[in-house]
Amino acid sequence: MIGPRPRRPWDRSPPEEREYFEILGEGLVAQLPPRTPGPPSDGGWSPPSGGAWLHVGADGVVRAFTGKAEVGQGTRVALSLAVAEELRVPLERVDLVMADTDLCPWDIGTFGSRSMVDVSPTLRKVAAGARAALIDRAAQQGLGAPSALEAVDGEVRVRGEEHGTPYGELVRGARVLVTVPPETPLTPAADWQRAGRPAVDPTADEVVSGQRVFVSDLWRPGLRFGAYLQPPRYGARLVRVDVGRLRGRAGVTVVHEGEFVGVAAESPGAAHAALAEVDAEWELESQPGEQEIEQYLRAHPSSGDSWDRDENRTGEPDAAYDRAPVRFEATYRSAYIAHVPLETRAALAEWDGNRLTVQVGTQTPFRAREAVAEGLGVPVDDVRIVVPFTGAGFGGKHGGPVALAAARLSRAAKAPVMILFSREEEFRHGYFRPMAIVDVRVGAERDARLVSWRFHNVNAGAAALLPPYDVPNQAVDNELSESPLPQDPYRALAANANNFARESAVDEVAGLAGVDPLAARERNLSDERLLAVLHRACDAANWAERRRPPGKGFGLAVGLEKGGRVATVAEVTVAPDRTVRVDRLVVAYEAGTIVHPENLRSQVEGASVMALGGALFEAIHFEGGRILNDRLSTYRVPRFSDVPSVEVHLLDRNDLPPAGAGETPMIAVAPAVANAIFDATGVRLRSLPLVPEGKVPAPGTAPPGPESSRPVVRGPRARRGPSGTAARRRRGGAGGGTGRAARSRTPPPRKARGRGRPRGRPGTRRRPSHPARAARGSARGRTRAPHRRAPRRTRRGRRGRS
Amino acid sequence: MAERVAPLRTGRYLELRVNGAPVRVERAPERSLLELLRFDLRLTGAKYGCGEGECGACTVLLDGAPVRSCQVRTVGLDGASVVTVEGLRESGRLNAVQRAFAELGAFQCGFCTPGMVVSATALLRANPSPTDAEIRTAMDGNLCRCCGYTRILAAVRRARELAAADRRGPQ
Repeated sequence: MIGPRPRRPWDRSPPEEREYFEILGEGLVAQLPPRTPGPPSDGGWSPPSGGAWLHVGADGVVRAFTGKAEVGQGTRVALSLAVAEELRVPLERVDLVMADTDLCPWDIGTFGSRSMVDVSPTLRKVAAGARAALIDRAAQQGLGAPSALEAVDGEVRVRGEEHGTPYGELVRGARVLVTVPPETPLTPAADWQRAGRPAVDPTADEVVSGQRVFVSDLWRPGLRFGAYLQPPRYGARLVRVDVGRLRGRAGVTVVHEGEFVGVAAESPGAAHAALAEVDAEWELESQPGEQEIEQYLRAHPSSGDSWDRDENRTGEPDAAYDRAPVRFEATYRSAYIAHVPLETRAALAEWDGNRLTVQVGTQTPFRAREAVAEGLGVPVDDVRIVVPFTGAGFGGKHGGPVALAAARLSRAAKAPVMILFSREEEFRHGYFRPMAIVDVRVGAERDARLVSWRFHNVNAGAAALLPPYDVPNQAVDNELSESPLPQDPYRALAANANNFARESAVDEVAGLAGVDPLAARERNLSDERLLAVLHRACDAANWAERRRPPGKGFGLAVGLEKGGRVATVAEVTVAPDRTVRVDRLVVAYEAGTIVHPENLRSQVEGASVMALGGALFEAIHFEGGRILNDRLSTYRVPRFSDVPSVEVHLLDRNDLPPAGAGETPMIAVAPAVANAIFDATGVRLRSLPLVPEGKVPAPGTAPPGPESSRPVVRGPRARRGPSGTAARRRRGGAGGGTGRAARSRTPPPRKARGRGRPRGRPGTRRRPSHPARAARGSARGRTRAPHRRAPRRTRRGRRGRS
Repeated sequence: MAERVAPLRTGRYLELRVNGAPVRVERAPERSLLELLRFDLRLTGAKYGCGEGECGACTVLLDGAPVRSCQVRTVGLDGASVVTVEGLRESGRLNAVQRAFAELGAFQCGFCTPGMVVSATALLRANPSPTDAEIRTAMDGNLCRCCGYTRILAAVRRARELAAADRRGPQ
């Protein structure tokens, strides 16, 4: 941590009052004017400032500042590369100061795949401005006319010469503050020498030798450890608490402020032991269990979080559906799942007089600053939040209740206090990826061209709600629910559930129409970038020539979210005992300009495997407001033995700005795997996780879950096209999968459509339609405004917490 | 977990070797080896991830064998030799596994890396040329939540080559 502290956080001070040189030492500071609150397109997302600044020191080190945090997504190196590129210095010379609220530009948070999108342009600009300023300075010092000078390898040289004056020498003894004009030109990606090329993390040796200091590794002389009272079940309300037994206990500090009850002691064990002696009485309220959860969510709409709604109504989806020769309707589901960052929540709080510093693993340090200041009743200017290296987040570490609790305990104990969550606390007192229920109804032509698209998400949110497909008649919307389990962001948000439902449904329609899954997608897509990844993935996986011995299946899915385009081909084997094994994932991804190729590849690989957990087996189990699998021995995440061959193909569009990269590669995995399992077995699985026990149910057996999870597939089926015939022929030799064979042999009752058509098969219940949706809202165009989305706040307050 | 046959001792201090150096700490029988390392010795390379031996982030070598230090009681550790990720350097430089992980960027957040590196080091010492299947089996108790398994697997393969080159010595 850089010291001493500024009098006020720099994002809350006018530029002329920032003590750049007192704190960073002599040198040159370049700053971009703070943005006035405005549209989010420049990454501002309003409040105070934004902007950017960096410092070039007499030692030649470039210190750049960003409010984003490094939680394993690799932006520290990627953003450093962007700075190194524009300032023409080796990567090792850049020291990126991240997520320190005293020193960094205000930032809304590290989520939404915004780091490269928001920050790389501003950091590049301020670095380019600093380069120009250094050249000017060299000219003033007599090196030559500015037009005759160039910046190379941390020096300013006369063009063509091999040596020049190092930056450090140019700024020695100086205190130069330059304001970079917003129109400063950037180096085109095509001319990059450092960014866009392979780079090794300069701190790699520290990581592999155990020297990287994570939040939970921090230490202070006299450090105390804290723990605080949490409700034993969701919905529990504290009615009476007595901490009397702990008063005066040697070595234990006890704090009871309002609803907050916590202790600090000499070790984490001693703190938890003391906390167990607190006499607390809770009022429990009835909570739905897993069996009732779907009905509960459908019956408890929420009016909050308007940012997380989206809709599109175009054309006449109902009339088009009624006329369509291929009709299909189903409900898809996705379970609550946990982020399980390997490092649990942790915070270290320490006071210096009336000024507080909390180091905490959070993705939203500036929001945590406001929350801590408000919770303690102290001025925001006195609170500093710093995010050290954090053992991952995946969207799971928004907010700062742990920071606030540590600060309260530290204030009372008059000593630094660390809170380290146990794994059980991490499961019980964090939040989950929301459960999703997605009702889909599709009408298509006989060639699988989509003509009517009705898509309704309950509870999970609006990310990737709108289809990338060109469908003339659409009714797409989502509703939010009062979730009995705490839920909040998770890597790629609702895009996981929405894309699973959409890409499964498109495959089902393709199957009904007898069209190859690739052709069905091609026929409905006009987005060239998405088509490009689709073709790259299919070429790499040899889709057209795929061979399917018994038990083998291939599945395809695409996805478009946060500007990134993904296509994934999954290859699975279903053993004779119906055990599923994912053999291979072929992923093509495009996210505009690639700044740090190896990191992007690493992110795509990791996201693809992480998504396999939610696709195959991850689910939170709960009953009566309690989590039943709150440990790693009972909540399964992907391990080495689950990992397939993962082949990643990156498309570099360096003519486009960087798009989001850390999340979107998640979203095509689950549908590709579900489609592959169908291809292998003829069994269509519509709920995530697909195979919680590892096995595909036999055809004809009831799918797991409530009765209402059965889809309603309405005839008539279309005649199989040529590709469908080929596909069927391939399947013909497979033997297994009677359900599929029966389906594909159904003759196309061309004339059957029309008035007398049955509204569903006997014995299947139709999903209730959603009259509220149909009645609501006039026809509106796209209202999508992804940039404006703030992080989801917990829809249900976690009562009893500080 | 390694079987220990040393007789139980009961003096005030527990004496053992950590990363080659003799260490004397006050006996606290309820403490796990992980707590001893992290809180008494301030060696924070081994991480807490789950407290039940499921994640492998706390893996260290106990008398040469990889163990989950969160599951090892300090009772009976008298005379033991413990090596943590901080003590893997060989003749002052990173060992083959560490170099391979660094070279291939086989980490994202890096929190699982110490445990991964220790497990892979133990594997290569026991089996200098493991197959992919053997690597997966040996490392199946080490979780990477960033799910960078593909790259970690590649790094262990690369370490296999680097270690072989180390054994051959300078050419």
